[in-house]
Amino acid sequence: MRTIFEKPDALTDKITHYCPGCTHGVIHRLVAESLDELGLRERTVGIAPVGCAVLAYHYFNTDFQEAAHGRAAALATGAKRVRPDLILFTYQGDGDLASIGMAETIHACNRGEKITTIFVNNAVYGMTGGQMAPTTMPGQVTTTSPAGRDVAECGQPIRMAEVLSQIKTPGYIARVAVHTPAHIVKAKRCIKQAFKYQAEGRCYSLVECLSTCPTNWGMTPIESIKWVEETMMPYYPLGVKRTPDEGEGG
Amino acid sequence: MRHEVMFAGFGGQGIMLIGQMLAYAGMNEGKQAVWLPSYGPEMRGGTAYCIVQVSDDPIGSPVVANPMNAAVMNRPSLDKFGPEVKPGGLLLINSSLIPDTSKRTDISILNVGCNQIANEEGTGKAANMVILGALIGATKMVKPKSIEDMIEYQFGKKGKRKLVDINIRIFNRGLDIGKTSVKDRK
Amino acid sequence: MKGNEAIGEAAVCAGCLNYFAYPITPQSEVAEYLSRRLPEVGGTFLQGESEVAVSYMLFGASAAGERVFTTSSSPGISLMAEGMSYLSGAQLPVVIVNIVRGGPGLGGILPAQSDYMQAVKGAGHGDYHVLVLAPAGVQEAVDLTIDAFTLAERYSNPVLILGDGMIGQMMEPVEFPDPETIPPPQPRPWATTGMKDRRQNLIRSLFLSPDSLEYNNMHLRAKYDAMERDEVRYESYHAERKMDVLIVAYGTMARICKTAVDVLREQGLKVGLVRPISLYPYPMQVVHEAAQKAKDVLVVELSTGQMVEDVHHAVAGSRPVHFFGKTGGNIPPPDRIADEVRKLLVKKPGKSRKTGRKS
Ligand SMILES: Cc1ncc(C[n+]2csc(CCOP(=O)(O)OP(=O)(O)O)c2C)c(N)n1
Ligand code: SF4
Repeated sequence: MRTIFEKPDALTDKITHYCPGCTHGVIHRLVAESLDELGLRERTVGIAPVGCAVLAYHYFNTDFQEAAHGRAAALATGAKRVRPDLILFTYQGDGDLASIGMAETIHACNRGEKITTIFVNNAVYGMTGGQMAPTTMPGQVTTTSPAGRDVAECGQPIRMAEVLSQIKTPGYIARVAVHTPAHIVKAKRCIKQAFKYQAEGRCYSLVECLSTCPTNWGMTPIESIKWVEETMMPYYPLGVKRTPDEGEGG
Repeated sequence: MRHEVMFAGFGGQGIMLIGQMLAYAGMNEGKQAVWLPSYGPEMRGGTAYCIVQVSDDPIGSPVVANPMNAAVMNRPSLDKFGPEVKPGGLLLINSSLIPDTSKRTDISILNVGCNQIANEEGTGKAANMVILGALIGATKMVKPKSIEDMIEYQFGKKGKRKLVDINIRIFNRGLDIGKTSVKDRK
Repeated sequence: MKGNEAIGEAAVCAGCLNYFAYPITPQSEVAEYLSRRLPEVGGTFLQGESEVAVSYMLFGASAAGERVFTTSSSPGISLMAEGMSYLSGAQLPVVIVNIVRGGPGLGGILPAQSDYMQAVKGAGHGDYHVLVLAPAGVQEAVDLTIDAFTLAERYSNPVLILGDGMIGQMMEPVEFPDPETIPPPQPRPWATTGMKDRRQNLIRSLFLSPDSLEYNNMHLRAKYDAMERDEVRYESYHAERKMDVLIVAYGTMARICKTAVDVLREQGLKVGLVRPISLYPYPMQVVHEAAQKAKDVLVVELSTGQMVEDVHHAVAGSRPVHFFGKTGGNIPPPDRIADEVRKLLVKKPGKSRKTGRKS
């Protein structure tokens, strides 16, 4: 018999706890496939965030550390500095990375830590029940912005990929989406590239993935996909924002 | 007089809601009331439960390990909480979703086809009202009118007149089952 | 009302219309409630980027002369520990609510009492204390939150409300006092409000010369002495007469113990309870005197043993002190406590009674 489709080695058999229609699972798979294809699984250490993906260590078939909320990049820095042969990736939500962990994120990027960050932007705090995130869209209703995000009070949503591409230290920064097969194929390419740069010892890499949260958006999975397409994508343009070959950020 | 009940089922069955309605109903009758929910990760998919106490005197412990009354809406809840009911107490079982019943002989057991009855009245979603009705009918924990007022408040505020009527009807069907069961036991 | 929402409304009732916070389970409902409520009354609601930032938003707002408060849960309070040290050093009145969950680290999200040490002994650095109040139910959470604003201003010091997940999630009837009866905010002539027609106001915790730092610290000490003299709060339940066993417990755990006391007394056993309400200042004298009326003292906590150290201190070796604790979010029901008490009662006389630590 010929196997035409199988689970990546880098994923376990556990059934994830993610809600129906949530794209966390897709992103997990892309990371796992990339690690398998690059043959990195056995020397990879993942850093779990505090957020819906806190239990990622159950799903990835790699070693794992669990960080305090927002501190994943610091853990990865510590591990990578003392064991440069390891492949370090952090997997973080928008609250974790762009709110409480902003300082760790920017400084890890600016120091050019040879780590890979998978940044899941779902425009909301998932785990704690749908509070406003720094990436919440203008006017978006959340449990702590019941009248919709007021940009006069809370500022505009943060475009992390663009913010980090301002940094002059060489790095690889991309933004992808995972709500259609075509986007998934492109996303995979970027995630794999990110790990490749790390494996080559080249640079810091971060891939921002636009993700769904049907539960806290109060939408069906189909509506969520439409919302990513129509509301998030125009504000969060996809693409490779920076490669280590460019000297300057753009 | 102090009444206590544990409601248990899976998320989405309206377990927390009927618990809150009962607590509010007790409060509106001028009684002391406590509603203590289970919360946290087990809420997603697993069993959700809450404990409600309604009392004429101040309520001490909000935690009750062996409640006098329990109402279980799904199988895992029966397995988990059926054995916990205090001897001499009452266990209400949603027989629509739980084909077999408890084997205990030291408590009263009332099997109620909650989903069936709710479906007959036009909305399977209100199975929780059947069990709440049966509980009130069997225990007289609060006045039926107080629950009806809560139904009015809960669904009426959303301007859903029709829902109010259906829920009251369904609640009353449960109530009758509860009342009859007491008569039968006598 | 749900405890978390009641705490939010209590602050509004106390005239505190400024709230900064960062979401964390099991108390995010406070922020969710106030995000709706504060705009209605013209207040300030802001979700900060972290608890570290929040603690300094409190600093800025309080120093600018306004009543301000925040709520969080254990991991978030750890991040505010630095801020608490600065707030105390700079003598700023703020109210902080900790709806405690299990630790250490991320721990769990269920009720716990494992932040007693952090709250009472000082989470941050330096010679400081915050006044700590521990409610046992939703009504008391409301009453203490309201009082906290007055106390914070009376002592120009942070006040911490130490609740637990149960208080936050539980729903009970509550009454809010008539706002007229609540003392109005004290004037803050020291606040940084612009130095028109007066000398500079400066809010700081830096005192480089040894004498000025010592002066500041002695001034803080004098405030803590005054708190220890005037602000001790507790509830005593059947602990006035001779007892076989005195239970000492606080917060919701004390409430469960109270039911256990009722159960045991119905069976003719002489058991009483002292429930410290102020954890700092601790009712040392009260616990000491109650212990003298009992043969044994049993401390019950949702931790592996934190407040028990203060009970040891209070009892000072005059009675055997036993401990019973549960953690992880496991909450012992009244019967379980009653069993622990019975175990002490059946102990044969003559057998050595060392402090037992079980968990
Ligand atoms: C110090 C601290 N503050 C707050 C929290 C509570 N908390 C847990 S997850 C989370 C945010 C999750 O949102 P996000 O990072 O966007 O990830 P998602 O759940 O959406 O995947 C928060 C605020 C915590 N665990 N620790
Ligand atoms: S809450 Fe949102 S982010 Fe979390 S698992 Fe559910 S859908 Fe995904």
